[in-house]
Amino acid sequence: MSTTLSGMATRPLAAPRRRRNYARRYWMFAVPAALVVAAVIIFPWFFTLFMSVHEWKVSGNVYYVGLTNYMHLLRDQRFLWAVARTLYFTTASVILPVVIGIWAAVCFARKFRLRGAARTLFILPMMATPVAIALVWTMMFHPQLGVLNYLLTSVGLPPSSWVYSADTVIPTLVMVETWQWTPLVMLIVLGGISSLPIDPYEAAVIDGATAWQMFRYITLPLVWPFVVVAGVMRIIDALKAFDTIFVITNGGPGTASETINMLLYQTAFGYYDLGYASAMVVVFFALIMLLSLILLRTRQQELTL
Amino acid sequence: MIGRRTLLATTAAMLATPAIVGRVGAQSTFDWKRCKGQTIVVSLTKNPRADNLQAHQKEFEALTGIRVESEQMPEQQQRPKMVMELASGNPSFDVTHYSLHVSKRVVGVGHWLEDLRPYLANQALTAPEYDWADMSAGALRAATQPDGRIDSLPVETDVWLVYYNKQIFADRGLAFPQTFDEMLATARKINDPANGIYGFVARGVKNANVPVWTSLLLGQDQETVTPDGRTLLTDTPEAIWAGGMYKSLLREYAPPGVVGFNWNECQTSFMQGKIGMWLDGVGFTPPLLDPKVSKIVDRVGFGLLPAGPKGHFCPVFTDAVGIPVKSKAKEAAYLYCQWATGKQMALNMVNLGGGASPRTSTYGDPTLLKSSPFGQEWLTTLLASVKIARPGLPEIVPVTEFRDVMGIALTNMIGGADPATELKKATDTFKPILEQSLRT
Repeated sequence: MSTTLSGMATRPLAAPRRRRNYARRYWMFAVPAALVVAAVIIFPWFFTLFMSVHEWKVSGNVYYVGLTNYMHLLRDQRFLWAVARTLYFTTASVILPVVIGIWAAVCFARKFRLRGAARTLFILPMMATPVAIALVWTMMFHPQLGVLNYLLTSVGLPPSSWVYSADTVIPTLVMVETWQWTPLVMLIVLGGISSLPIDPYEAAVIDGATAWQMFRYITLPLVWPFVVVAGVMRIIDALKAFDTIFVITNGGPGTASETINMLLYQTAFGYYDLGYASAMVVVFFALIMLLSLILLRTRQQELTL
Repeated sequence: MIGRRTLLATTAAMLATPAIVGRVGAQSTFDWKRCKGQTIVVSLTKNPRADNLQAHQKEFEALTGIRVESEQMPEQQQRPKMVMELASGNPSFDVTHYSLHVSKRVVGVGHWLEDLRPYLANQALTAPEYDWADMSAGALRAATQPDGRIDSLPVETDVWLVYYNKQIFADRGLAFPQTFDEMLATARKINDPANGIYGFVARGVKNANVPVWTSLLLGQDQETVTPDGRTLLTDTPEAIWAGGMYKSLLREYAPPGVVGFNWNECQTSFMQGKIGMWLDGVGFTPPLLDPKVSKIVDRVGFGLLPAGPKGHFCPVFTDAVGIPVKSKAKEAAYLYCQWATGKQMALNMVNLGGGASPRTSTYGDPTLLKSSPFGQEWLTTLLASVKIARPGLPEIVPVTEFRDVMGIALTNMIGGADPATELKKATDTFKPILEQSLRT
């Protein structure tokens, strides 16, 4: 053995064999994905930017107009109102489902008879097709023939105009959004609650804490990361909301429920003004990025505290 | 010996023979099977006219040997789909069914549809019985672009009328109004919100509500733009009068929530027997007489749109079919368009209650009254409406923007806004859009 070893030791050192660098060939595997990303994300984005600096009507000629479309957006009252409505709708459509979702999660975390059946019933709205449920809600909102006003008047309350009035249309749409997406928040938060340790609660019970105090000082801080995840998902969904609003109100009455999505759809596919609609898309994207950055920054600050 | 009478009869028969044989020969020699074996794709707008075309599609396939793949889409989706596909230069259809009152000019400016004049003039392609000259003047005007191209063939002319509840009128001893002022007064007499009865209903939702206002404006013998399509007439005293009439009818005598009503909400309310009068298109008749969905089957009256202070007209909106320039089956597609806009299909459509025929011969057909399921009053109203029909929307490229901008003003009026202020604001908003469309 030693001979062998010594023999090996005395053997002149061979030049280190060059290892094959397979990493150089790995890029080939990434090419298909990169091509798809370039085709469906990067190219459309650059093309949208390109269109946004042109006057681009479907049946007309195309002219370079620089930042004119963006300047027009700043003066366009209809667009500015659409931004305000989008923020109003999004804020309400995030806060309500999150608050009700947390409350529902706490309820469903407790053990009671038929809990499984109750959970299943609660998450049914989330599984329904948005367009189909929007059509059903539309029928229920009918001021004279809808079941909602029938129920209200049956218990002595005055009928509501629901989506048929500029004053009540956005709260009504928020109600539909809340009905449909609260279950998602509940599921996420319930997952968080299920993973919590039992010890802090036992200690709290021994110390005489009330149910509210246990929720406020134990449950909520511990599930907060789950609440944040649910909130971010709700913000993204609410900003994107289109199908429900399109089917129920199409932005009306007048423009009372016209969000940015509705306006840019109408501009692109109703007015065939692709240049101006592209400018709206770019501004909308910037708005979403801004909101995301604020959220991320807030979250980072919370973690460092 | 040949008698004088025999000689005269024989001579007359000989003289007439070439014409008769010519006609018979022309009919019999027209080759409907010239494109046998081909397949065409037809994009239809969802409405009763499309139902009629699909219901008889197999007859066309048997006549021509052409296979038809047709689909109906709601107009809100079909309109942008058609324009975008035509603009892309690669449409997925060989025939498109569309509303001339919405898309005529955008299609015309794009030169996307085949000019059908050479087809109509070609006896090998057009059956002698097709008879283009039979189309009404209004339909011909609607189908013709300003530069003279005929890039679509009219399927239907949708005239507007007033549906009324005969029971409600009889209970109050009311006669059908002859003028708009009388219509307002009648709506006032019918209106009884405490008992859930309302005098009048019509579209309040933006965009869809504009034809209601233009119906009233026609009573002032005025349209919304000048005939050259360059100058808006939407804030004139006549337009403001029509706006005021619209506001009064819908704000004071329509059900709550009418601001969000499109035709379907109006129809549903009317079918429940709670509405005195409903102003809308004739194509919405069939459900009113269907006992499965309507509570007023035996109480529906059909009235001619009342007269205004300066004229008596009713608005008309035309559906048509056209062939994309890029279609690879143009002849087969033309045979379909010819069949779809022929005399028999026009008669079928009127009998279905799908709208008014663009052909004058339909109304002279002796079988029409017998075959129509909607009765004498409906037919009389339809005939009278066709005679006083005028375009209900301007023939401009940005017609959807026009409808949105004016529609918002009308919606605001239902909310209580002043018609003069709203129409001035809407006119100022839309003016640059119209001017820009004229530049491009």
